[in-house]
Amino acid sequence: MKQIQLQKVSKRFGDVEVIPPLDLEIETGEFVVFVGPSGCGKSTLLRLVAGLEDVSEGQILINGKDATAIAPAERGLAMVFQSYALYPHMSVRNNIAFPLRMAGIDKAEQARRVEEAAQTLNLTEYLDRRPGQLSGGQRQRVAIGRAIVREPTAFLFDEPLSNLDAALRVGMRLEISELHKRLATTMIYVTHDQVEAMTMADKIVVLQAGVIEQVGSPLELYHTPKNTFVAGFIGSPRMNLLGGSEAQKYSAHTIGIRPEHLGISADSGDWQGVVGVSEHLGSDTFFHVNCPDFSQPLTVRASGEVELGYGEKVYLTPDKAHLHKFDDKGLRIS
Amino acid sequence: MARAVSNRRKMLNTALAWLVGLVIFFPILWIIVLSFKTEGDAIRTPLEVLSSVWTLESYAVVQDRSDYFKHFTNSVIIALGSTLLGILVAIPAAWSMAFVPSKRTRGILMWMLSTKMLPAVGVLYPIYLLFIELGLLDSRTGLVVVLMLINLPIIVWMLYTYFREIPAEILEAARMDGANLRSELLYVLTPMAIPGIASTILLNVILAWNEAFWTLNLTAAKAAPLTAFIASYSSPEGLFYAKLSAASVMAIMPILIMGWFSQKQLVRGLTFGAVK
Amino acid sequence: MATQHSRSIARLMIAPATILLLGWMLVPLTLTLYFSFKKYLPLRGGDLGWVGFDNYIRFISSSSFWPAVGTTLIIVGGVLAITVLLGIALALLLDQPLWGQGAVRILVIAPFFVMPTVSGLVWKNMFMDPVNGFFAHIWRAFGAEPIQWLSHASLPSLITILSWQWLPFATLILLTAIQSLDTEQLEAAEMDGARSLRRFWHIILPHLARAITVVVLIQTIFLLSIFAEIFVTTAGAFGTKTLTYLIFQRVLESQNVGLGSAGGVYAIILANIVAIFLMRIVGKNLDK
Repeated sequence: MKQIQLQKVSKRFGDVEVIPPLDLEIETGEFVVFVGPSGCGKSTLLRLVAGLEDVSEGQILINGKDATAIAPAERGLAMVFQSYALYPHMSVRNNIAFPLRMAGIDKAEQARRVEEAAQTLNLTEYLDRRPGQLSGGQRQRVAIGRAIVREPTAFLFDEPLSNLDAALRVGMRLEISELHKRLATTMIYVTHDQVEAMTMADKIVVLQAGVIEQVGSPLELYHTPKNTFVAGFIGSPRMNLLGGSEAQKYSAHTIGIRPEHLGISADSGDWQGVVGVSEHLGSDTFFHVNCPDFSQPLTVRASGEVELGYGEKVYLTPDKAHLHKFDDKGLRIS
Repeated sequence: MARAVSNRRKMLNTALAWLVGLVIFFPILWIIVLSFKTEGDAIRTPLEVLSSVWTLESYAVVQDRSDYFKHFTNSVIIALGSTLLGILVAIPAAWSMAFVPSKRTRGILMWMLSTKMLPAVGVLYPIYLLFIELGLLDSRTGLVVVLMLINLPIIVWMLYTYFREIPAEILEAARMDGANLRSELLYVLTPMAIPGIASTILLNVILAWNEAFWTLNLTAAKAAPLTAFIASYSSPEGLFYAKLSAASVMAIMPILIMGWFSQKQLVRGLTFGAVK
Repeated sequence: MATQHSRSIARLMIAPATILLLGWMLVPLTLTLYFSFKKYLPLRGGDLGWVGFDNYIRFISSSSFWPAVGTTLIIVGGVLAITVLLGIALALLLDQPLWGQGAVRILVIAPFFVMPTVSGLVWKNMFMDPVNGFFAHIWRAFGAEPIQWLSHASLPSLITILSWQWLPFATLILLTAIQSLDTEQLEAAEMDGARSLRRFWHIILPHLARAITVVVLIQTIFLLSIFAEIFVTTAGAFGTKTLTYLIFQRVLESQNVGLGSAGGVYAIILANIVAIFLMRIVGKNLDK
């Protein structure tokens, strides 16, 4: 069932159109990730859905009803902000209870729901502390608790993990995914980190300059990117995008081949090159190879045991089954 | 600079700094001393002054003249009244400029600040005339209004800077949580802004208490605050150093104490953000 | 967050302050302008009709005008010079490691919070009085004739009083600016071999340049309209009539409202010129 629909929604700030008219549909219970580079409009889009910004044109439908002119609080959505936006002068308990208080829910029911949310998020011991006394991860959970307690139609997350250190980020990622499985509520999640997108999403929406480049499941985007932007954005390290005469041999303007689909050999292969910097991760090694056929170095993935030194001559061979072809406009050639 | 410095260097700095500090503070110190002396002793040489009898008689004399407390009360009412009135007008304005800025916000703010730079003497007569027409001459109400107007730019400015330090996301979260404007201001903004509002009140009460142009020209016997009361000592009869000292000490003490706590606010309020 | 709803509320909220200040500016200003073009002597016949730019010409050509300008420049210039130079020195001193820094700051800040009438009278009587004042006693102790400060050295005396009052302000601003200087910059300079004096000249002083400018501009605006200190000490005698005081006398003492109003217009124009420079700096900061 379509829970949230954006129809010809566009946004202008003054004379600048940051989001040209776009359409998007989000199914009930989906975990949708808006991803893209800085300034692509993903946060703006989220805020349009939330009602914190007005659309310049178009409609937003929630559960079939036109919500475009409805105030944020009445849309039945809950938002977790990048900076958590907790009320510093209130205890955790009161922070979580605040939306219930605003809705006029009676004290007993307020207390019950707060306890429940606290239990779900392991916050019970911190209920009487102030946000200033909590760690980053704990504050995040309070922000999520405040959202859960409203029993919203959908959760909106605005880059919630950006302010956490790397280790914490991985843990919280799992917790949020877990939460989604448990609550089965629709979640719209904004991030610039494509790893978060790949690991958490049911559906990814890739944005650039306000335009939706592609919508699809993580693996769809990984294996069949519709254009060079998506191809280069999804997947880390980046897909090698190559032009010139080699691309023309495959009747394309640009060809793409992922690091794991390139074979590397000291003896023979399609493309000759010289090993540059190598990055050893233990399980894998990524070699950056400079080939005279191409203007940029190619990234090649090899198993952790392969040993090749700086300056060594090597040959690279692409796996033809996984070669992507793009035309001169950057669009995929099937 | 927080490096370990030789103790000798630190002692030198300390001695020099304290010397300078005491020299600067000396006039205030001296009138505190004189206020506890008799009139006869107050005019003697410094050493004789220090060694003479300490007494509270000058304080008693000043307080006996009932008009001292009347003037003190006037100062309090005028300073507090104008500041609180200003706060009432300024909070909505600062809110709107800080949280819903438009293209004109910067211009409006700068214009407001520029009204503070209007030389009072340039509008002295019209205001004087208006006051006579409206029966506001020598009235506390009139002075409350004028001082509110001359400090309003600073009050708006300071509240604006304090509000801007409140993350907009927290107010958005409140909105998402269902708070209407009233709830947002009451339960979220004001509690978070209380330190800023208090600081603003502090600095502006000080500025209003010390204002010495309108308070001297628009008041006579009834509404004159302490600034004018002290000014009346400029052509006194007989010996008056001790009384003037006592009156002065009483007039400046509250503000000195408040001032010691408001240094940061001073920089924020009077440099208009040009110095951080 | 900007929605239509919040924008209209915002406009409403900003209205009271704007309307009040607009009224405060326009009403008296218009009246002053109005009076400046009239011959208006409330004590000698009242409104005597339009005189065009007569008042403006008479104000400038009056024999008190140029002396008043001179007095104003000397006072403002003198106080600025003293407060800025001493302010820098004091700020540097207070930035050093020393014991009881907080207490010393309190001592140094105090004069700013003393009301101008107290300041003026205390200096005039308890310190500068040639018979019973503190300085008189000290001078006599060294066998010298006490100086008649306010009558024979009126401008230096006033400058002293005003500098005493404003030094704390300059010091505080400059100290704040010095403390905002990134210590890493100074350490880098030290590593690069710069000694104290050079570090001061090449790093600290340029950093202070903006703060000094702000101090100069703000103090100028306030010093141009100094009133109470002159009122209680010399009442404009002994060559201490500044432009502001001259206007005050014309308006309230001799009650030549037309002439005084023309003077007022001059004062407003002058203040605006200084204000334009100040607002440029403020504006730049607002954009950050």
